[in-house]
Amino acid sequence: MTETVIIAEMHKGKVSPTTNELVGAANLLGSNCTLIVPCTDSSVADEASNISGVTKVIAAKSSLFTNYDAAAWAQALDSVAPQGIVVTSASAQSKDLAARIAARRDISVVQDVISIDGNTLSTPIYSGKAIENVSINGDVVVSIRPNVFAGADNDGSCEVQVIDASGDLSTAVKELVERASTRLDVSEANIIISGGRGMGSPDNFSHLEVIADTLGAAVGASRAAVDTWAEIPHSMQVGQTGKTVNPNLYIAVGISGAIQHLAGMRSSKYIVAINKDADAPIFQYADYGIVSTWEEALPVLGNALSNMLS
Amino acid sequence: MAQIKKSADTNVHQLNPTGSAIGDTMVKIAVLVKQVPDTNSKIQISGDRVDLSSVKMVMSPFDEFAVENALLHKEAAGGTVTAITVGGNSADKVLKDAKAIGVDEIVRLDCTEYMDSNAFQKVISEVISQDGYEVVYCGKSSADTGSGSTGPGVAEKLGWASVSNVTDIEFTDGLTVTAPVEGGDAIINVSTPVVVSCDKGSIKVRKPNVKGIMMAKRAQVEVKSVSPNTSSVTIVSQSMPAEKPAGKKFEGGQSAETVVQLLRNEANII
Repeated sequence: MTETVIIAEMHKGKVSPTTNELVGAANLLGSNCTLIVPCTDSSVADEASNISGVTKVIAAKSSLFTNYDAAAWAQALDSVAPQGIVVTSASAQSKDLAARIAARRDISVVQDVISIDGNTLSTPIYSGKAIENVSINGDVVVSIRPNVFAGADNDGSCEVQVIDASGDLSTAVKELVERASTRLDVSEANIIISGGRGMGSPDNFSHLEVIADTLGAAVGASRAAVDTWAEIPHSMQVGQTGKTVNPNLYIAVGISGAIQHLAGMRSSKYIVAINKDADAPIFQYADYGIVSTWEEALPVLGNALSNMLS
Repeated sequence: MAQIKKSADTNVHQLNPTGSAIGDTMVKIAVLVKQVPDTNSKIQISGDRVDLSSVKMVMSPFDEFAVENALLHKEAAGGTVTAITVGGNSADKVLKDAKAIGVDEIVRLDCTEYMDSNAFQKVISEVISQDGYEVVYCGKSSADTGSGSTGPGVAEKLGWASVSNVTDIEFTDGLTVTAPVEGGDAIINVSTPVVVSCDKGSIKVRKPNVKGIMMAKRAQVEVKSVSPNTSSVTIVSQSMPAEKPAGKKFEGGQSAETVVQLLRNEANII
């Protein structure tokens, strides 16, 4: 059987639950699964040793894992990782890393994989307007789209080996600028509430923010909203020319559903649409559609959510 | 046939706003551009492949920011910008579009066959290395594959630094770039040689003027032949995504309450 090597997905210095999904996916690709945990403190790797299906955990310990440096991380992780099919998350940073590790090993990378069937991998193309099925031959690096594969359970146990990793830094972080708001970015969130031009004005996005805070959600926007209002930054844009997202819940408010927006969010697990136009294309993709103005629906939605979650 | 060497850099001196002696700071800049279906277009399948025959092809949106940043870099530091694409004749249009807004040279690596990421990056990195470029700009991902592998992959093959998803660039001694990290942005110093993958930032992409369009029409595409390695990843088929079953639709704002109940009891997500 093929060896698989997983690069753990990290969140705030800890192993992220996405890593369980990577193990789930890796077990479809091969066996003998080594999990590499990039860390500055090797104790964070211990909790990964109970993920079932992992044969061995390697804590790749180095101060260079404090800040992301593509070249140094690829060098360091390549040096500690055995040969095999390498599996990473398809987060923005991990896709970047996946590409560098693949190039370093002189093998190909298949990004954003959403299904695995033997040697055939499926990935969305044209931001999900179509699906491409590719066949792999030999070792490759595969990045796995979060929120798609079933995660492995936490009832295993295996050995943890600590290896000092090193790499040559090629960039220097001059400054870290924290986001002004504590709200998550759309690329990090499990729940997203997005507004479109139907919100009428950028000030009205405050109504979305209230609900986002109740849900611990990120606030997104359609391209039309970003292009129309300077106050809505491109970092909020969901769609083919913004960010492709697939949260558990996507709430689209005042968004008609332009083809390039749909491409960026249609794979969300559940979609709620609020739009006053009953014929808006977004309703074709919504699990739950509410034909209403946002002025009428949002206060009801907000109250119902805070009653439920309080 | 021998190519006539054009005096491509006659304008460079005027373009350097600092007026410094640019003889020793001339930067050789490459920008990678790709032709993709317009993001507003509908994708159709014919047989087991995507059918792009009736789709409008444009420069991949993030590549537009790469071109703009390459031009800004040249204006700040002096140098030349070469736009490079891979494809057949029909890909010349994307190069002419880049030429129309100010790149100096346009190069097409002539290849119409499928290449996997490894074969593709090798072909690009060989040209970058042979022709002595010092900085490469590209879009953070292309609107067709969306993979975002080319920038970091080419950098690795060249042994260069790379920074990705870059939203802002200051052209200092080396480059100071802004890129998102968990919880915010990092401002990163990086020296050349480097590959910079660009996201949409605060910059505006310049539009071509009449003179630029005329120049682009006459411009000669330098065509280079390439011999890619065998791909280990091959396309089996392309298909439409599975259609979602129809959802539930309610009238009126009060129904938001019902939807919240359904999100808990039916969908189990809140």
